[in-house]
Amino acid sequence: MIKKVQLPLLDAAIQDLKAGDQVLLSGSLLTGRDAAHKRLVALIERGEELPVDLAGEVIYYVGPAPARPGQPVGPAGPTSSYRTDRYTPPLLERGLKGMIGKGYLGPQTLALMPRFQAVYFGAIGGSAVLIAKAIKAAQVVAYPDLGPEAIHRFEVEDLPAVVCVDASGRNLYEEGPKLYKSLTL
Amino acid sequence: MRELDVAKITQAVAALFLQANYVIGPDVMDKLEEARAREPSPLGGMVLEHLLENNRIGAQESLPVCQDTGMSVVFLTIGQEVHLTGGSLEDAVNEGVRQAYTTGYLRKSIANDPLFDRKNTGDNTPCVIHTRLVPGEKVHILAIAKGFGSENMSQLKMLSPGDGVEGMKRFVLKTVEEAGPNPCPPLVVGVGVGGSFELAALMAKRATSLPLTRHHKDPRYRQLEEELEHEINRLGIGPAGYGGQTTALKVHIVSAPTHIAGLPVAVNICCHVARHAETTL
Repeated sequence: MIKKVQLPLLDAAIQDLKAGDQVLLSGSLLTGRDAAHKRLVALIERGEELPVDLAGEVIYYVGPAPARPGQPVGPAGPTSSYRTDRYTPPLLERGLKGMIGKGYLGPQTLALMPRFQAVYFGAIGGSAVLIAKAIKAAQVVAYPDLGPEAIHRFEVEDLPAVVCVDASGRNLYEEGPKLYKSLTL
Repeated sequence: MRELDVAKITQAVAALFLQANYVIGPDVMDKLEEARAREPSPLGGMVLEHLLENNRIGAQESLPVCQDTGMSVVFLTIGQEVHLTGGSLEDAVNEGVRQAYTTGYLRKSIANDPLFDRKNTGDNTPCVIHTRLVPGEKVHILAIAKGFGSENMSQLKMLSPGDGVEGMKRFVLKTVEEAGPNPCPPLVVGVGVGGSFELAALMAKRATSLPLTRHHKDPRYRQLEEELEHEINRLGIGPAGYGGQTTALKVHIVSAPTHIAGLPVAVNICCHVARHAETTL
């Protein structure tokens, strides 16, 4: 069964998401890669106000290709999540409730997710064109000088994803491969 | 002596990078289809289905199949009877990259300086160029668009001759296992064995662009390719790393003579699309 999930995430919806669930995400989310994260964390460290309110938000780790005329965004698959690990803990403290990316999360982020009841979705690396079709509108909300790495707000409809780490800390990247592993190095 | 205007090389390079980014080869699509038919993991099967559909639409609508349209790598094999006219060869190749990336809706992903400035060059140049001179009067161009989600998971190790086949296998398997879900499996794994430090890496890169239907000519290496593919697929990583039996679509080995004291092994990890295109002028 594929679960329909509304963004931003409500606490009740988060409880219902389990590692391995297939989901379709609809609503509003923010984007950001390492460069934008670095700037957000620098502001937090200096005690300054952020250009976006993170409370309840989900951040998608993405740097899209350029949009063709008439399209809101070009192909927009996930980038590797481990690179933002050093920046994510302070964002969770500011109310971030979810991340969308691909691949391993770093240990600092994983350790904090149950405490902040945050969830990590995997988008399929290699399905950038399909994902772009689920993005209905895109607007730069901070750091336009970063180009594709600027923070955007996306309006999405039925963006396909999989729950990779749920709020209880269960991790599909550990559980899934175990089921099919028949060779130990 | 044949004369060839480098403007022709610019044109060819531009066309190759558009093709490599929009159109995934039938060898890859066939392997993905076969894998989907075999894959026992429901999530794994769903991922493979998405990849197939994504690549079909990319080709139909001339869209890059991935947002990371890669660092541009070009292998030039130039016949020594060719006289190149009309300007600098390297400038001509870079101009081809510039044209493809600025007019083809491809993402520009090159930072001008690795440590300090890290400013985007704005046109995906400079391109990495490897040139070889051979007899004859033809020019062969191989264009590779290499994404860094997988490039970052690649490794090189200088093994000892005594580590042998088992040591080499272990290093390849360990590299793939450590990469886990990060490089967007299923993978094409390019292995360079022998040569010197830099030749091993170069052979591994070249290996990622070989047709997936190709096997090593030496039956011993062919068997090693097949064993590695089989064992990688027993690691359980699966499509997108969600668990499954499809982690590598193919392992290619390229080998070369090496020093009596050494056994260099380079593993260039590439995601399933292994984007490349080639032509002969």
